[in-house]
Amino acid sequence: MSASREHVLNAVRASIRQSGKPTLSPEQLTERLERPRPGLVPQRGQLDLAGRLDLFESWAKALSATLVRLDDLAHVPRAVADYLRQENLPAQVRLAPTPEIEGLDWQSQSLVEIARGRAQIDDTTSVTPAFAGIAETGTLMMLSGPQTPTTLNFVPENHIVVLKASQVVGSYEEALAHLRQVHGQGRMPRTVNYITGPSRTADIEQTIQLGAHGPRRLHILLVKDSADA
Amino acid sequence: MESTAHAFKDNVTTALHDANLQQALGKVRQGFIVKRREAADRLPEFEALRDQARDIKNHTLAHLDFYLEAYEKKVTEQGGQVHWAATAEEARDKIVDICRAADAKVVTKGKSMIAEEIALNAHLEEAGLDVVETDLGEYIIQLRHEPPSHIIAPAVHVTKKQVEADFRQYHADLPPERHLDEPWELVNEARQVLRQRYFQADVGITGANFLVAETGSSIIVTNEGNGDLTQILPKVHIVITSIEKVVPNLDDAMAILRVLARSATGQEFSTYTTLSTGPKRAEDLDGPEAYHVILLDNGRSGMLGGDFADMLRCIRCGACINHCPVYHAVGGHAYGWVYPGPMGSVLTPNLIGVEEAGHLPNASTFCGRCESVCPMRIPLPKMMRHWREREFERHLSPKAVRWGLSLWAFFARRPRLYGWATGMAMSLMAAVGRKNGFFERLPLAGGWTDHRAFPTPQGRTFRAQWAARQRQGEEPS
Repeated sequence: MSASREHVLNAVRASIRQSGKPTLSPEQLTERLERPRPGLVPQRGQLDLAGRLDLFESWAKALSATLVRLDDLAHVPRAVADYLRQENLPAQVRLAPTPEIEGLDWQSQSLVEIARGRAQIDDTTSVTPAFAGIAETGTLMMLSGPQTPTTLNFVPENHIVVLKASQVVGSYEEALAHLRQVHGQGRMPRTVNYITGPSRTADIEQTIQLGAHGPRRLHILLVKDSADA
Repeated sequence: MESTAHAFKDNVTTALHDANLQQALGKVRQGFIVKRREAADRLPEFEALRDQARDIKNHTLAHLDFYLEAYEKKVTEQGGQVHWAATAEEARDKIVDICRAADAKVVTKGKSMIAEEIALNAHLEEAGLDVVETDLGEYIIQLRHEPPSHIIAPAVHVTKKQVEADFRQYHADLPPERHLDEPWELVNEARQVLRQRYFQADVGITGANFLVAETGSSIIVTNEGNGDLTQILPKVHIVITSIEKVVPNLDDAMAILRVLARSATGQEFSTYTTLSTGPKRAEDLDGPEAYHVILLDNGRSGMLGGDFADMLRCIRCGACINHCPVYHAVGGHAYGWVYPGPMGSVLTPNLIGVEEAGHLPNASTFCGRCESVCPMRIPLPKMMRHWREREFERHLSPKAVRWGLSLWAFFARRPRLYGWATGMAMSLMAAVGRKNGFFERLPLAGGWTDHRAFPTPQGRTFRAQWAARQRQGEEPS
């Protein structure tokens, strides 16, 4: 297909030349590419921590997720068991194989059956860590990796996400800056998921129905992890 | 897909008399418009974000060759492959080759307008593959053997009752006495049926809303989560996309995403926005082992730098369609090809020729609503006017139109005669129609009076009234 490559690129170049518009030099373009700068960030994406947490919570709930705040990561297993009971769901969860989640005291909830690893077709509920929460639209940011398989975000009917208060940023751009810090400029995990509420469709007569193909329920455990959060 | 754009007039007649379609279109006229307005009003920076989105795309398109090469380099670095395709045929052949090499039997698909553009399903089926559309709307129209009628709501023309009938016919192994009256029952049934298919699939095909040069990522935006299940479960992920989808940085993509969902469905953000970069990493527990991007031109490079270059900014949100009075009346199928509404009226003649699709740019009242809501500020009415001019210059307009225009031009060049003739016509119509206040029939105006009454003119032309008020020194109100 390299003939097609040259064909397409040459056609693009010919059209750009024909337009006669001034163009930037390759050096200027490389500079723009390698030094990303945020553009216009809405006011609502620029709040202090308390403001961010409140805005995140209100959007997440408005967009049909549920959310509870916890004072300590150690309370997660209990909160998960409570949620399963309250929603009348099977007492089984699949945990993301990350020490932060796996390492919690799940023994304390002896009635809940625990599995680990990537999702299987009949899994009912998953528990996964978030990479960030984005306040401006109540959006979760999830990264794929050996300890965070993407299938856990989509296959089970119920998705429980553990989000630490210190991970809640104001805007998409802030979350990207954080991603670049962790993974390096221009490098990415295989999959980055931005998740805003549970799965939905309006394909039947424009009526919104939750639980189209992804999770029917999205439950967020927002955990306090520093003095000011 | 096979175009019927040349038969636009017949398509319209059929659409106007289709009771199911007219019922379904009622929902479009209401929902989308209010929701978009509310979403825009909730974000004070919305108008400034539209300007920014336009500028980002203009910058990218002015340096498209640079950004495409940068994008390709990044995809390759991360272990993916980019396949360039100048034509639809090349794109289809490449996809079939990849499926064959993977020894694929079942192929799942996320919603992709480029796949519709290149008629991918028919081609894959010919190659012996079992193709499964997974977006609920696309699944419904696949069962019905119909093309999509809207770029973000492909089955918007289908009523709930029709979906129920289709599901009863095609899901024959499910108990016939089951309830399927409510939308949630239909959604659940589709969920159950498709769940197995995701896990059977050997290849998953998705489109892309954006390609990011900085990282070599492709981005999809969905609400159902079907696109994600399509691309993470099979061993091969193919992205079918086109050259104008590239943006420089992740920040640019997020900046445009801020106006996409708000313009499309009035959502703050779509439920799922997913960035995919290369195949799964060695230590990952899931994800595809191979990642291919098919980069299609199909006439787009020719639009660059010309009268229609602005159209390449389009992000396929569907706002112009949702706000178009012509679309509201006739639906998407009447347009005869993949892209309906104002964006289709501009794009289709570019992609399949003005000879075939010359009627479409005429399907506009030039009310300007499309341009006023376009998040990328594409001057759609202006470009439809370009097509009309070209159609006229190339003598493609029908005889009646050319004859009518010549007649009008004859009078327009003779203002006194024009004033006299229109004045006569107005007085005559006023005298004849005064009793009823409207005409149920008018010679040469059946296109109007077949569907609604024509109000009786007051008796004086606009120009005569204007002149009279000017003489009285009154400000025309």
